[in-house]
Amino acid sequence: METGFFDWQFAWRILPDLLDAVRYTIGITFAGFGIALVFGLLLALLRRSRLQWLSWPAAFFIEFIRSTPLLIQLYFLFYVLPDYGLTLSALATGTIGIGLHYSCYVAEVYRAGLNSVPRGQWEAARALSLGPWTVYRDIILPQAIRPILPTLGNYLIAMFKDTPVLSAITVAELMLRAKNIGSESFRYIEPITMAGMFFLIISITVAMLVRRLEAHLRMP
Amino acid sequence: MNELLPLLLQGTVVTIKITALAALLATALALLAALGKLSPWWPLRWMANIYIEVFRGSSLLVQLFWLYFVLPLPPFNAKLAPYTVAVLGLGLNLGAYGAEVMRGAFSAVPRGQIEAAIALNIPPVKRFVGIVLPQALLVALPPFTNLLIELLKGTALVSLITLADLAFRADQLVQATFRTEEIFLMTLFIYFLLAQAIHLSMRMLERRLNRGLPQGKA
Repeated sequence: METGFFDWQFAWRILPDLLDAVRYTIGITFAGFGIALVFGLLLALLRRSRLQWLSWPAAFFIEFIRSTPLLIQLYFLFYVLPDYGLTLSALATGTIGIGLHYSCYVAEVYRAGLNSVPRGQWEAARALSLGPWTVYRDIILPQAIRPILPTLGNYLIAMFKDTPVLSAITVAELMLRAKNIGSESFRYIEPITMAGMFFLIISITVAMLVRRLEAHLRMP
Repeated sequence: MNELLPLLLQGTVVTIKITALAALLATALALLAALGKLSPWWPLRWMANIYIEVFRGSSLLVQLFWLYFVLPLPPFNAKLAPYTVAVLGLGLNLGAYGAEVMRGAFSAVPRGQIEAAIALNIPPVKRFVGIVLPQALLVALPPFTNLLIELLKGTALVSLITLADLAFRADQLVQATFRTEEIFLMTLFIYFLLAQAIHLSMRMLERRLNRGLPQGKA
């Protein structure tokens, strides 16, 4: 018998499996974002360098990665790196790939943050003859990062919503898990709708948190 | 390389077509949703809000899969061609992002412009089409360029619903020839060139539209 178009019992049965996939996907997002934060900072610093042989390649790398699809970048990492003897699991490749992709967005955010630090701060630090490492760690970065936290939060959300692309290289994140449930049971409406709802709920919740952070950080 | 390029270019044509069609759909939807959101009538505001939040909040690939896998089944029984799904999915998704851009652009039009139009007794439709819209479009152009590049990148996902775009052709060629590195690098460069082309043409359009306007204001 047809039980309406959305079978709630079936939805209830597949819920634990999907929730497990949600946890897995959130894990990938955080790991990838960690990579993006670290590598993005490195790219931003390279791009600001006065040495052109450092700043130009960094600028090109950022522009190139930002204007090409994540999907092809993942294919490239997944299928080409093994030719060079570097064989990583799909999960590792996917996490590094999405991390690298977003590091280029994050680098531009850092750059905006670094540019917003008043010149006087640099000059004062130099006048006090602090080393470059101390200047960045204790004076410039704390001031540069505070105003960009909300933007970084928005990229965290964007990255989370891009994780389904990893399914193309067989990472069993939320979307692929939902699709597999669909192809096993010939019922697509419940798993795929639920996957969409999870993305929606999580990204709207995080967006609300980001908005609150933004209000909290606003300088008087 | 010579035998690979024609097939990749065939895929490129499909990618360009989908990008263009989806961009048209997205522009129309963005305008409608932005107007809905600014409407004084609350049901319209709500509908616009729901559309924007749903399509921005759930992932693009999930939306494409939903259109591709769920719609053909009961109760919808609407089997769409992959091409239609691609244009519809990308257009709906990008339209939601564009709506936010357009809304910002509409509110950036100085209030005095609207007041002056009212004072001159210009009818509402003409006021909107002739005065508010041109100024708003100018403000919306730079962020819209970024969205277009996001759209171009998004089109690669339609290869996952079996549409023979550039990404699909690349994958297909790799399966056939195993010349992985060469093919994927060429593909990446084609996407890069397309993105640069979008960038350049939008900047030219911007310059063209800015002609004759007072310069130097923020």
